[in-house]
Amino acid sequence: MRIYVTSVFVDDQTKALDFYTRVLGFKLKNDVPVGEHRWLTVVSPENPEGTELLLEPGDHPAVQPYKAALLEDGIPATSFQVDDIDSEYARLRSLGVTFTQKPMDAGTVRMAVLDDTCGNLIQLIQMKVD
Amino acid sequence: MNDAELDRIFKALGDPTRRRILDRLRERPKQSLFEICAQLFAEDGMALSRQAITQHLDMLQKAGLVRVVWSGRTKMHSLDPGPLREAVNLWLRNHL
Repeated sequence: MRIYVTSVFVDDQTKALDFYTRVLGFKLKNDVPVGEHRWLTVVSPENPEGTELLLEPGDHPAVQPYKAALLEDGIPATSFQVDDIDSEYARLRSLGVTFTQKPMDAGTVRMAVLDDTCGNLIQLIQMKVD
Repeated sequence: MNDAELDRIFKALGDPTRRRILDRLRERPKQSLFEICAQLFAEDGMALSRQAITQHLDMLQKAGLVRVVWSGRTKMHSLDPGPLREAVNLWLRNHL
């Protein structure tokens, strides 16, 4: 058994695709119409055959209260790893991305939290090397 | 500031986790609950549940020592030292 896909609930799939590709830098992998929505996944250009991120429609009635509660407490919907969090922070800030948490040391990692403009917070993690 | 307000301040201060939260908020204002939890765990070795930290933040807020502002749809917590200074001037200073 393998984990081939993970997902975030997005308010708007078209807007999400723009943010996750143009801003975060992921690549479109699958875009398949499914009824009124799409099976829409992106991958990291560093690992195009790796785990996909599904940009999942958030129109189920349970999704909005779930997302609002996480957002209120600053809890990320998911987490991505980067090699240099401070340069990513500077790059994303220059593209107008809002961070709820600037890069900070947290034990063995350095982490930051950004707003994906689709109703989620996303954590960035850099593993510290000893 | 009346006795009830002084009570809330000194009670709020009477706990090491709450004092540490104030220390951390002084160093880094505008923190979400998630960030406060992460700092307490990673930097101070305090593994508390989010519910426990929420309760600590409530007490600090009721004492006026922590202020909440919204950043978009996220609640951000900051230290307000005003009530502390007032408590010092009103009562603590008489004994210093």
